[in-house]
Amino acid sequence: MRAVIIVFPGTNRERDMAIALERATGRKPALLFHRETALPDGTDLVVLPGGFSYGDYLRCGAMAAQSPVMREVAAFAARGGHVLGVCNGFQILCEAGLLPGALLRNATLRFLSMDCHLRVERGATPFTAHWRQGAVFRAPMAHGDGNFFCDDETLTRLTAENLVAFRYCEPDGQVTAAANRNGARQNIAGILSPNLRVCGLMPHPEDLVDPLMGGEDGLPLFTSLVEGLAAA
Amino acid sequence: MKARVHVMPKAGVLDPQGKAIGHALEALGFAGVGEVRAGKVIELDLAETDPARAKAAAEEMARRLLANTVIESFRVEIA
Repeated sequence: MRAVIIVFPGTNRERDMAIALERATGRKPALLFHRETALPDGTDLVVLPGGFSYGDYLRCGAMAAQSPVMREVAAFAARGGHVLGVCNGFQILCEAGLLPGALLRNATLRFLSMDCHLRVERGATPFTAHWRQGAVFRAPMAHGDGNFFCDDETLTRLTAENLVAFRYCEPDGQVTAAANRNGARQNIAGILSPNLRVCGLMPHPEDLVDPLMGGEDGLPLFTSLVEGLAAA
Repeated sequence: MKARVHVMPKAGVLDPQGKAIGHALEALGFAGVGEVRAGKVIELDLAETDPARAKAAAEEMARRLLANTVIESFRVEIA
């Protein structure tokens, strides 16, 4: 799997992402700067990592969504390419219109830096195949603007088309208001595009991919991608 | 020609910032403050001299970048 990580000014989680991808693929991902106007030949997966691109100016992800490389990422997605956005990467995907909705300021106004639990709402996708549907895993989160919002019509569509990938839940898998710390609509932590090839989520599975990090709960995301993309 | 773009959270979209400002005003002893909504104002200095065209251009800028119409509404004022 040839993965490319996009780096914007202010991106700061590209190294964690590179470690996770290398661990799953055995191959170092390429890092690509925001000014580039072409993806490397043979790119299978584009990853938008976390951070504070462009200092979160205007809105989180708004400036990055307009950068030259994002035109290429949008074209790649339109050709059926696989794209993963984590945290700021999810915000950028929404701002770029590659995923619906937007990420608002956390309802508490607090920056949340803690572990959360996620329930896999849709198994058998390129991003979730190595979990069973309904599986619960732990993931660190670190964001100030992770409160997923969309209008009622979009929410109905996401639910009807089964495009919610992950929901915030209790360790036992119950989706409760208490587990929904940022105030996201219906506890939504991550969503998928209709072709299941673009996925964005707020928490950081890449930060739990090695026993040395305290666990491997996030590894199935990356091993799913390796297998899914080999089959694609 | 100056254009002023007012960007506000849409009705129905949670505005925790506005809520926090409201609480702070209450703590300062200001009575009778109902809902508080916080938005932003972006001022543009445009080369365009025709007010209608300047307004149309600023509205296009708002739609493409200055506002996220999923969560925000905007209003352009030409000065």
